[in-house]
Amino acid sequence: MGAIELSRQGVDVAVVSKLYPTRSHTGAAQGGIGAALANVEEDHAHWHAFDTVKGSDYLADQDAVEIMCRDAIEIVYELEHMGLPFSRDAEGRIAQRRFGGHTKEFGKAPVHRACYAADRTGHMILQTLYQQCLKHGVRFFDEYHMLDLVFQGDRCVGIVAYELATGQIHTMYAKAVLLATGGFGRMFKITSNALALTGDGPAIVWRKGLPLEDMEFFQFHPTGIYKLGILLSEAARGEGAILINGRGERFMERYAPTIKDLAPRDMVSRAIHREIMEGRGINGEDYVYMDHRHLGKDVIEERLPDITDFIRTYLGIDPVSELVPIQPTAHYAMGGIPTDVDGRVISDAGNTPVPGLYAAGECACVSVHGANRLGTNSLVDIVVFGRRAGRHIAEFVRTVDMPSPETGSDPAEPTRKLLQSILDSTGGERPADIRKEMQEEMMMHASVSREEKGLRQVQEVLAQLRQRYQNIQIEDKGKQFNIELMEAVELGFLLDCAEALVACALNRTESRGAHYRTDYPNRDDENWLKHTLIYRNGQGLEFKYKPVVITQFQPQERTY
Amino acid sequence: MEVTLRIKRFDPERDQAPTYKDYTVKCAPTDRVLDLLNEIKWYQDGTLTYRRSCAHGVCGSDAMLINGVNRLACKVLVKDLASPIVVEPLRGFPVIKDLVVDMTGFFAAYRSVKPWLINNEPAPARERLQSPKDRERFDDGTKCILCAACTTSCPSFWANPEYIGPAAIVNAHRFIFDSRDQGAEERLNVLNQTEGVWRCRTIFNCTDACPRDIEVTRLIQDVKRSILVGKA
Repeated sequence: MGAIELSRQGVDVAVVSKLYPTRSHTGAAQGGIGAALANVEEDHAHWHAFDTVKGSDYLADQDAVEIMCRDAIEIVYELEHMGLPFSRDAEGRIAQRRFGGHTKEFGKAPVHRACYAADRTGHMILQTLYQQCLKHGVRFFDEYHMLDLVFQGDRCVGIVAYELATGQIHTMYAKAVLLATGGFGRMFKITSNALALTGDGPAIVWRKGLPLEDMEFFQFHPTGIYKLGILLSEAARGEGAILINGRGERFMERYAPTIKDLAPRDMVSRAIHREIMEGRGINGEDYVYMDHRHLGKDVIEERLPDITDFIRTYLGIDPVSELVPIQPTAHYAMGGIPTDVDGRVISDAGNTPVPGLYAAGECACVSVHGANRLGTNSLVDIVVFGRRAGRHIAEFVRTVDMPSPETGSDPAEPTRKLLQSILDSTGGERPADIRKEMQEEMMMHASVSREEKGLRQVQEVLAQLRQRYQNIQIEDKGKQFNIELMEAVELGFLLDCAEALVACALNRTESRGAHYRTDYPNRDDENWLKHTLIYRNGQGLEFKYKPVVITQFQPQERTY
Repeated sequence: MEVTLRIKRFDPERDQAPTYKDYTVKCAPTDRVLDLLNEIKWYQDGTLTYRRSCAHGVCGSDAMLINGVNRLACKVLVKDLASPIVVEPLRGFPVIKDLVVDMTGFFAAYRSVKPWLINNEPAPARERLQSPKDRERFDDGTKCILCAACTTSCPSFWANPEYIGPAAIVNAHRFIFDSRDQGAEERLNVLNQTEGVWRCRTIFNCTDACPRDIEVTRLIQDVKRSILVGKA
C-alpha cells in the first residue's frame, strides 16, 4: 500500500522482497477486513474503535485506533475501486460478517463489520495491491533478502540485501526505507505462520540499538488445525460454528456469556487451554472440537471454501458432517518495531523519530492492537498505516538529498562477515536442532499461559541456544539459491526476537490480553498500563516504558 | 513408516547434467511432501533446494512435479502417493537449482494481460455495486495463486515457451468478466495474437493440475468465445 501511494505521487519506489511478492503471508489472511460500512446493520467507526481498545485490554494507543477505524471505511472503498473482488450482498454492496470481539453499541451484541471475499480476503488484498503496483510501474527486486540496514549518523539511508539467484550482496541506497517484513511466529512449534516469518525486520532494527515495543504480547489464534497449526478462520465462528469440549459442552458460554464463541482470541485461546488443563480436552488430550455441522453444506462451501478445503485435505474429514479437532496456534505479534501514526520508527519513549526509517504492518507496533489484536484488524492495519507511511515518506523525500556512499567504509561488510563466518564454520551445530529446541521451549513456556519458573527456564535455554548458534555449520557452500544459508541467518533473527519476547514476558508481572501469567493472573493498571520498550545494550537488556495514549475510553474490567 | 524420495538434483555450480538422488525418510502417512523435503534439507542434506513459504497451499511457492503430476508439495500427503515418490522441477521453465525454476517468463506473461482493473470513470463515494451473479461470473479466476502448475503442465507450452500460457489467460479472464472492468478489448487483443489463446488445444492438463480447483480450460474457452463472438 505504501509503494502504491508513493508511485501515485511520482516518487521513485522499489519493493525488495525475499519471496516473490505474491507469496507473502498477507495472502493467508482469511476472514475479512473490519470497517464500519454499515451495509448490513447500523455501525460506526466509534464502535469499532471501542471494540479495538477493549480487545487490546486497554493497551492500544487510542489516537492511533481512532485514525485506523475512521480510515478503515474509506480505504475499504478504495480497495474496492482498485478492483478487489469482495463478496456481495443482494443489493450489490460489499458483504459483511460477524467476527470475534466486534460488537454494536459498546459490547451489546456481535455486529456485521468484517468485509470479506469468501474466506480468502487476504489473498484478494495481496493480489490487488500487487496488481496495482504493476499498474503504477513499481520496481520489484524479487528474491532479494534484506539482511541489514544502512545508517549514516542517525539517519537510515538504505539496506543491504542478498540476491538469492546469484549470492551477490547489494547495498541499496534510498532517501527512506519502509519495513514491512511481517511477524515471527516461526519461533513457536505450532503456528499458522509461513516458514518465511522469521522476524527479520524487528531483529535487524534491534541489532542497531533501537528498541522493540510490547514484545510480550503474542497472539495465539484459538482455531488452528490440530498438530499442524494451519489457520481455520474466525469467519467459521462468525458464520455460527461453535467450540465444544470433551464432554460435549459449548464451553465458551461459561467464559463469555454475551458473545460466547465470538469472544476475542486471547480469551478463547485461554479458555481452550483451561479446558484442556482441567481434563476436558477431547479424550483428555490437548485439543477440542470446532463444530460446523449445523451451518449446512451451502454456507460451509460457499462462505468458507478454503478452510473447508484445508480440513478435507489435511485431516481427511468433512466439516459438513464431522467435528474438526483444533488447538491454539501461534498467530500474530502485537509487538514489534515502535512507530508513530505516520509509520516513522521511533527510538525512545519521547517518540523521537529515526530519520528515513519507517515500518508498517505486523513487524511494526503503532500500537493499535495493544495486548490483543481483534480479528480483521491486521488487514486494516497494513493498508491504513502502509498508506500513511507512504504519504509521510512522499513528503519526507522532498526535504532530503539522495544519500551517497561514504568513502572508506563498506556498509555491507558486517553482512559479508556474517555470511562468510557461517559458510566457513566447522562447529558442527545443526541449525535445525537449535530451531526445534527453541520452538518446543517457546511453545511450552512462553505461549498461551506463562509463569516465572517456565520463563526463566526458556530464557536459560535461549541463552544456550544463542551460544550454540555461534557454532552452526551448513553444507551448502554455493552462491546460487543458497536457501540453507538464508535459513541459518533467519534462525539468528528468530533467536533475537525470542530473547526479547521472553525477557518482556518475565518483566511484565501482570496479565493483560494475550500475556497471561498464572503467577500474576490479574491486570494491574496501576503499575502496568504502559508500553514496554526493550533495548539490547552490549550484552545486557534494558527496559523503558512509554505511556498509553488514552483519549475517550477509560480502562474498565474486560468482560464479554 | 518409511518412504523413499527420488529427487532430481542439479547444482549449476557443480553439475553438468541433472541426476536423481534417493533419500529415505521416516514419516507419518498424513505428512505433506513438503514436510519430507524439509526433513531431508534440515537433517540429511542441506544442499537440497526448493522454494516454500506458507506450507498450506495458498502462497504458490512450492509447485513441482510429484510422481509425474504438477502438485504443491505442501498440499499432497504421503498416503496418497506411490513409493518411491519422484520429485522433479516444473517442466518447461529453465531449472536454476534442484527444484527451483526461473519464473521470469511466467510473470512476464502475467503482466502482458494487464492484470489490474481498468476503469477510467470517476469512482463513487462508496463501493461500485456488483450483483452476486456478476461477482460469481469471474470468481473462479480470483482463486489463482500464480504457482504455475497449470502453465507448466501444458504440452502446448512445453512445445512453445512463447505461448502466453493458461495462468495468464486465467488472470485475463478474471478482469474481462468483471462487470466493473472496461479493459476487455485491450486484453482480448493481446490474447488474440499468435502466442495467445489459440495455442490452447483443450488438453485439460491445466485443469487437472490446478491446486485451487480452478476450471482453467473452461476459462480459456470463455476467452476464445469472447474473441470470436463477443463477451457473453
